[in-house]
Amino acid sequence: MSQPPDPRARPPAFFLERQTYRRRRLQDAARLLPVIGIFAWLVPLLWPRSGEEAPLMGSALVYVFTVWILLIVAGALLSRRLTLRDAAEAERGLE
Amino acid sequence: MISFNGLVAICLAYVVLLFAVAFTADRLARLGRGRWLRSPLVYTLSLSIYATAWTFYGAVGSAVRSGLEFVAIYLGPSIVMFGWWWLLRKLVRIGRSQRITSVADLISSRFGKSNLLAVLVTLLSVVAATPYIALQLQSVTVSFEVFGASTTAGAGAEARASNSPTAFWVALGLALFTVIFGTRNLDANERHHGVVMAIALEAVVKLFALMTVGIFVVWGLSGGVPETLARIEASELGQWQIDGGRWAGLIFLSGAAFLCLPRMFQVLVVEAADEDHLRTASWAFPAYLLAMSVFVMPIAVVGLDLLPEGSNPDLFVLTLPLSQGAEGVAVLSFLGGFSSATSMVIVAAIALSTMVSNHIVMPLWLRLTGGRASISGDVRNVVLTARRVSIVSIVLLGYVYYSVSGGGAALAAIGIISFVGVVQVLPSMIGGIFWRGATRTGAIAGLVTGSVIWLYTFFLPSIGLPIFSETLMAEGPAGLSWLRPQALFGIGGIDPMLHALLWSLSLNSLAFFGGSVLSFPSPVERLQGAQFVNIFQHSGGPRSWASGVAQTEDLLIMAQRILGPQEAIALFAREARAQGGRGDLPEPRPDFLETLERELAGSVGAATAHAMIGQIVGGTSVSVQDLMAVADESAQLMEYSARLETQSAELSRTARQLREANDKLTRLSVQKDSFLSQISHELRTPMASIRAFSEILRDSGGLSEAEQSKFASIIHDEAIRLTRLLDDILDLSVMENGRVHLNLREGRLSEVLDRAVASAAAGEGKGAMEIRRNRATEDHAITTDLDRLAQVFINLISNAQKYCEAARPRLTIRVQDLGESLAIDFIDNGHGIPREARDVIFEKFSRISDQKAGGAGLGLAICRQVLERLGGTIAYMPGEGGAAFRVMLPRGAALAAAE
Repeated sequence: MSQPPDPRARPPAFFLERQTYRRRRLQDAARLLPVIGIFAWLVPLLWPRSGEEAPLMGSALVYVFTVWILLIVAGALLSRRLTLRDAAEAERGLE
Repeated sequence: MISFNGLVAICLAYVVLLFAVAFTADRLARLGRGRWLRSPLVYTLSLSIYATAWTFYGAVGSAVRSGLEFVAIYLGPSIVMFGWWWLLRKLVRIGRSQRITSVADLISSRFGKSNLLAVLVTLLSVVAATPYIALQLQSVTVSFEVFGASTTAGAGAEARASNSPTAFWVALGLALFTVIFGTRNLDANERHHGVVMAIALEAVVKLFALMTVGIFVVWGLSGGVPETLARIEASELGQWQIDGGRWAGLIFLSGAAFLCLPRMFQVLVVEAADEDHLRTASWAFPAYLLAMSVFVMPIAVVGLDLLPEGSNPDLFVLTLPLSQGAEGVAVLSFLGGFSSATSMVIVAAIALSTMVSNHIVMPLWLRLTGGRASISGDVRNVVLTARRVSIVSIVLLGYVYYSVSGGGAALAAIGIISFVGVVQVLPSMIGGIFWRGATRTGAIAGLVTGSVIWLYTFFLPSIGLPIFSETLMAEGPAGLSWLRPQALFGIGGIDPMLHALLWSLSLNSLAFFGGSVLSFPSPVERLQGAQFVNIFQHSGGPRSWASGVAQTEDLLIMAQRILGPQEAIALFAREARAQGGRGDLPEPRPDFLETLERELAGSVGAATAHAMIGQIVGGTSVSVQDLMAVADESAQLMEYSARLETQSAELSRTARQLREANDKLTRLSVQKDSFLSQISHELRTPMASIRAFSEILRDSGGLSEAEQSKFASIIHDEAIRLTRLLDDILDLSVMENGRVHLNLREGRLSEVLDRAVASAAAGEGKGAMEIRRNRATEDHAITTDLDRLAQVFINLISNAQKYCEAARPRLTIRVQDLGESLAIDFIDNGHGIPREARDVIFEKFSRISDQKAGGAGLGLAICRQVLERLGGTIAYMPGEGGAAFRVMLPRGAALAAAE
């Protein structure tokens, strides 16, 4: 249980610490994840719907599920690094 | 072939298992030992009530009918979970810190505790959930029938199902389970450990069941993954042929419904034990959904291949293993469907009953009883009863809908209708937590608009005939073709779901926005808005809700401050003994907290006590409502103390007045004594000389003529003096009693002064005093009792003659016009009156010195009385050289009042 550093201990720095900076970027990544998901899953809208060009169901299935699995893995990795304590700290601090 | 009875036995055994799990979990939680019950895994699994019987059975049917579309229903919630950082985190934090108990509560709290909004959301949710519950009952009944009908699986099952008693018994059983575990205890945070544990178990069961069927199909029937893929591509579903609008629409709809469904909100926000669980669920729940859907397509394709033409694709999950003789797999699959249905109904019933009892029954009850519910146990029972009745009614409503509608429609269609209805809450919810400008008016406008359009374009058309005729559907109401339910504004040819979703949500959002922009929020709304939108600035960091000794210490510290150290420690020790524990710190169990709250309430008021304990134990922030209650209380306290203060001030004022009155009485008594002694003295002196000289006249014979005459004149003089004295006394007492008659006349001030000067000079006879007057200033018309006024002036002039010790005595009479009144000053050039005597000169019998005592000391007293009657004043003016008196005389108007 790490306490957040006491802000009175030293004058506020202009740049964030390296660690804090990394955490902020992780949060950005977490925010981006659903956007990537929406984009990737709306790609099938671009596919031709009938005729010769239309992709086979098998490959469509594989595409949708692959995106899904990748997102799950990315989400799991992100959430392991991203604790809510950091979040609370970030929300209150100077973002 | 397993018998129908065997199946019932399996179900009963399964239900008993659920009871046991729920009971044990509840018990452990009450003993405070159930921390592992609240792990991220349990949280994730409890979210799985999203996957109901609709998805368990219906996904395969949907895959058969429209290809990959079924996946969209899972993709929406996955996106929402991936985006937890944006939305869910905030929602859960708000839910925790504001003690939100349902969607309706969230919306109503955000918009200033508006009960109207809560009722709207509740009604919408109940209307939308009823067909959904009917759907669950249908699926359980139909799956029962599949086993009953054995070989002719699927085909005719539905028709028989609608009039079988199975649905009724299932509904009853579910209602019973929900009543027992959903209303077991009345937790302020509306958390149900037993129920959550049971649905987590059910989540495992249904996932396991579906996976088993999937594995059986892929590896048992098709021979591996590549073969299955080949089979899919070879089948009639082999091509990507999805309507793009429906694909995007369903992803959006399912994501939105995931947030707005009352049962999802219940597990997602209300039952959330720890915000941190979201972190795990954010990827684990999509993984669960993926696992639930990965085998759907293979099952659909293989089912189409192997089962006879015309089989119900909604039941492939069940009929496929059954037709292949894998009875064990089929029974497992049946249990999976059974658990999906039951868990959904249970949680939906709990969520809806919370809303119904909190927002409809309780307000009504409180209004009917006139808010007489002062005893807490009283309300508790009412709430519990309301919950139980609501649960039973909601489940039975679903049953009624099921038996009336006949349960014919395809499973997926009903689910979608319900979804579109429920997402009407979305604009108010999202707008409410991200936009401070959102107002109650806007929320009401949006909700009403969206719900009406949903009912008109989607819900009622789905019921069809008795309400919506075919003519209405084809031509619109009263021939207004632009109002056709499925082609609003003449834009037809769209998929009905997409049509309803598009119009209802867009107009809903528009009304919400417009209403918010045009209206002005009440103060509570604005406060709540700020609290909701800026929740991360307002609430503290994530704390665990788990209870522990640390909290008890905090409570003790707080209690010491309020109750005093000795009392607080004694109270805690007593409670600890009552709980049977060791040490002096009791466990923060509900009964202890209640006791403590009551104790504190005695000192600081109920609302304050509740807020303080909630802050420590619940980790909740103090809501605006709490604050208002606290403010009310302190206002009452302040009013009370202000009243006390006023009373004590009044008392001390009265006491002072009494003291003054007493002093005055004492003074008066002294004055009366001195008056009596004075007067007897004054009367005695002339009487003595009169007696002496009259005795001389009587007794001594040889008195000369001159002597006789001298003595007689002395007697005469003394008698005159006596008469004058008596006249004065009489005069004074008459005037003091206010019975004097004033003879008002008009006259001129200068004439009165002339008369006074003349008569004073005559009376004194010396004429030695010089009197200075300025006749030009004296010429004023006055209306007053001229004789009395002259008497005052005479008195003042003769006083000056008597007491002025200057070698060349001089009296200046000065008249000033002060507007309303005239000031007449009499200033001599003597020594004046010593400071200490100035206070008493206007009192009766007060004489400054005895040297030239010519009168009885009544002169100035009489002057004061006269002027009082005439509406004027007389006062001594210090600092004028000699003795100076100022007579203030009104110009005449004040006299009438004095009369």
